[in-house]
Amino acid sequence: MAPRGPDSLLVLVPAFNEEGAVGDVVRNVQLAVPNAPVLVVDDCSLDATVTVARGAGAEVLTLPHHLGLGGCVQAGYKLAFELGYQYVIRVDGDGQHDAGDVPRIFEKLRSTGCEMVIGSRYLNGDGEHTSLIRAAGIRFFRAVLRPILGKPVHDPTSGFVGVNRSALEVFSRSFPLEYPEIEALVVLQRRRFRFEEVPCRILPRRSGRSSITPMKSIYYIVHVLLGVFVNLLKYERRIPKEPGRS
Amino acid sequence: MDRLLNVVTGLSVLLGLLVLVSLRRARIRVEYSVSWLAGAVALLVLSREQGLLRSIADLIGVTYPPFALLLIMGCVFLIIFYRFSVIISQLKDDNIALAQRVAILEYHMQSLKDHATGR
Repeated sequence: MAPRGPDSLLVLVPAFNEEGAVGDVVRNVQLAVPNAPVLVVDDCSLDATVTVARGAGAEVLTLPHHLGLGGCVQAGYKLAFELGYQYVIRVDGDGQHDAGDVPRIFEKLRSTGCEMVIGSRYLNGDGEHTSLIRAAGIRFFRAVLRPILGKPVHDPTSGFVGVNRSALEVFSRSFPLEYPEIEALVVLQRRRFRFEEVPCRILPRRSGRSSITPMKSIYYIVHVLLGVFVNLLKYERRIPKEPGRS
Repeated sequence: MDRLLNVVTGLSVLLGLLVLVSLRRARIRVEYSVSWLAGAVALLVLSREQGLLRSIADLIGVTYPPFALLLIMGCVFLIIFYRFSVIISQLKDDNIALAQRVAILEYHMQSLKDHATGR
């Protein structure tokens, strides 16, 4: 799975008990970006996720025990960084992300030189297939993040994210472990990294259930808010803004 | 007042014994037993030395010395719990990093095996 060329791309698929969806996710990604290897990071699934992913042609990184989403994604980032990849795009293993949007995220990463590109369900659309609770949470966090990031982010909870090697280096060393998407934005902002959004489609979940149940929503909000402010207080990680960067 | 102080004395002795037995059976590591033993000794001394307890109660503005003892007990346990939260957090971070490293090394080993066998 060695990277090929100066614009090497790895597609990272974190998966936990996704045997019903991960095979199609891998095949769809391979159709969309035929030259990019697909790495499924299995978070110690109890079902046949590993077998199905390998059968579909993915490389599989199997974690020895369940780490949760952040630990799972970070393991993939660490391996991609060690192998020397320039770009990594994360696609969720539940089939909610349309692999057809991967080339657009990749192109945006390359053409803008920004450190992160977020696939946003709200940029051109109304966020279909998003629950009411999640939609309310997204609106809340948009308002919280607006002054912190210095620019609006339409879909801060999106896991459909591409990063370049600079962000990969940061994330392979430090990555939020639970509910990582929003905190990751703040981690990048502390580094004065830039992000862009591209419109993307969110599909209905093909298998499994969201880890964020209505009961966990309040815990999610408190946890993420705390994470955001803790990251803001990490003075040692702040890097002076480079001239000419937005 | 004496009865309450005697109860605290009994509890602190029990706590100390429990920690020592756990140490002997290797169920707790020495470095993590120090906080509990120090807490038990502090409570034992305060519950037996009423003069010292009165002085502390006066110092913190509590008129009923046993209440000061309960307050100190609460603070001692809070500090111990906080210390252990820090330790648990560090252990969890180490554990995650270790699990990721194991997974990555296994991946590299499998790649080498596949390469050697020509797969």
